[in-house]
Amino acid sequence: MKEKNKLYWKRNLSYLIVLLSIWFVVSFGFGILFVDQLNLIEFYGFKLGFWFAQQGSIYTFVILIFIYIYLMNKLDKEFKS
Amino acid sequence: MSLQLSIWIIIGLTFALYIGIAIWSKTNSTSEFYIAGKGVNPIANGMATAADWMSAASFISMAGIISFVGYDGSVYLMGWTGGYVLLALLLAPYLRKFGKFTVPDFIGDRYYSNTARTVAIFCALVVSFTYVAGQMRGVGIVFSRYLEVDINNGVFTGMGIVLFYAILGGMKGITYTQVAQYCVLIFAFMVPAIFISIQMTGNPIPQFGFGSETQDGVYLLDKLNELHKELGFSEYTSGKKSKIDVFFITAALMIGTAGLPHVIVRFFTVKKVSDARKSAGWALLFIAILYTTAPAIAVFARTNLIETVSEKNYSDMPSWFKKWEETELLKFNDKNNDGIIQYLEDEKLNELTIDKDIMVMANPEIAQLPNWVIALLAAGALAAALSTAAGLLLVISSSISHDLIKKIISPKLVRKKILKEDISEKGELIAARISAFFAVLLAGYFGINPPDFVAATVALAFGLAAASFFPAIVLGIFYKRMNKEGAISGMIIGITSMLFYMLKFKFGWFGGGDQTNWFFGVSPEGFGTIAMMLNFAVSILVSNFTKEPPNEIKKLVENLRTPDE
Repeated sequence: MKEKNKLYWKRNLSYLIVLLSIWFVVSFGFGILFVDQLNLIEFYGFKLGFWFAQQGSIYTFVILIFIYIYLMNKLDKEFKS
Repeated sequence: MSLQLSIWIIIGLTFALYIGIAIWSKTNSTSEFYIAGKGVNPIANGMATAADWMSAASFISMAGIISFVGYDGSVYLMGWTGGYVLLALLLAPYLRKFGKFTVPDFIGDRYYSNTARTVAIFCALVVSFTYVAGQMRGVGIVFSRYLEVDINNGVFTGMGIVLFYAILGGMKGITYTQVAQYCVLIFAFMVPAIFISIQMTGNPIPQFGFGSETQDGVYLLDKLNELHKELGFSEYTSGKKSKIDVFFITAALMIGTAGLPHVIVRFFTVKKVSDARKSAGWALLFIAILYTTAPAIAVFARTNLIETVSEKNYSDMPSWFKKWEETELLKFNDKNNDGIIQYLEDEKLNELTIDKDIMVMANPEIAQLPNWVIALLAAGALAAALSTAAGLLLVISSSISHDLIKKIISPKLVRKKILKEDISEKGELIAARISAFFAVLLAGYFGINPPDFVAATVALAFGLAAASFFPAIVLGIFYKRMNKEGAISGMIIGITSMLFYMLKFKFGWFGGGDQTNWFFGVSPEGFGTIAMMLNFAVSILVSNFTKEPPNEIKKLVENLRTPDE
């Protein structure tokens, strides 16, 4: 039982690391640190960096949470049986 | 129908709806009063959280602020949405699994200490009060601008209605009114946005519209950048703030969002841990609808405004211009007496001053939409302010009745044999309602006599939340070795350093100072991030030099990390 719980937690942590890295890269990376470089790229009428800062990052946030919900529901099921 | 009449009718209808819901959801137990009996559906909870979260400022001011600062406004857009990722991944599921009523509950139990609990109560009260005063003021302002009612009477009306449903229905009443308020406010926000998007770009979806071409075949954003250049403003899509400051402000707002007690407590109201995760997802989706539309409105309004006023004859201005001039939110001063409006960056030559709130509120008039849309906007602004105020009031009242009276004072009195037994559930419920009553009075008082610091501190409430709660909760879940000594010293260092920085640079205490003295060029709004790092560092350091937490606490933490039954 204890081993099983440890494994569950480890899997959860690995999800967190991956998803939070994407969270960081999209907002702080694309939207702030590299915004000037990305702004040189034209994206459907937007400068790409500006688009990430005011649109793209928010869409990504929503998607990230729903991916986490999906992954954790699957993980819960796997460990309950 | 006249404008005034349609506004009265729409506001009257929405208020009747809120009162109806309050009567329907009357509560009888503390569990219902504090956390709606843990019976809220995750989608409904998502809507309630969204309404709770989006305040009068999000609804009225945010698009306007972005409109004036362009790219720099991204700090609010990313900061106030990105925090939900942290909430969903790092806090909400575990706090729900812990399964108590309040945030100080978690801090007090996890750190097996009433000192920690008291520090948490103090932080919750500081954060919530700075925030709620602004909301009550917002209610008054909406009433006075749309209905020409005195601001104070507007505040009284708002107090009355919140009092009614918060005291009667507690969290249950608040939750279901917030669901209704979300629907009102999002509808009110989207209708004018969609109309304006069609008018300006032919695209009905504002999110795509502001990247589209205008009738003359130029991309809207390129056109706006060009207009800005001509008038001497900095490029719209680039902004003026330093990169490091943008970084730190965004981080402080994100982490602050994840640490705000009135948001966290919403995740206690659902049935299961998986529902807590789902609620966070739905909440952010519902919030994102408004938050991705706001930057589009900002661009539409900005372009519209410049094209309408710049280098045009004052006598040719449309009627909305005159109307907003009367409210003094728009001021024209013809410095060179040529009868033409010069709207320029250069302050010596500029002749037009514009309040940021106009951008959202005057939008329907600028786009010549019918009266009912304007009325809807007024109802939406009220819904945004009332829902946030109610959520905050509940945190204040539960901090007092549950955390302070039930968990600290009552057991003490029993130990000293002043009371025979612990306070009963009935007694606690009465205490909760009485403290809610006084909290409303106090909030109303600050709404009528707004202290100067209110406007300045609402943004700083996030810094305070980031600096105090976030590290204590995250470490409590993810770091088993974390003990009470570490958590208490971390929270105290975090909140005092934040308060110090804020008082020094915002209010000129401790010798004051200006931009050149900022720590690494970080503004007070962004300092929450640094105070939070300090909290983390102190917490970990102190806890490693003091006694390990007892075994039953380690078990409690282990239990938080297991799948939900």
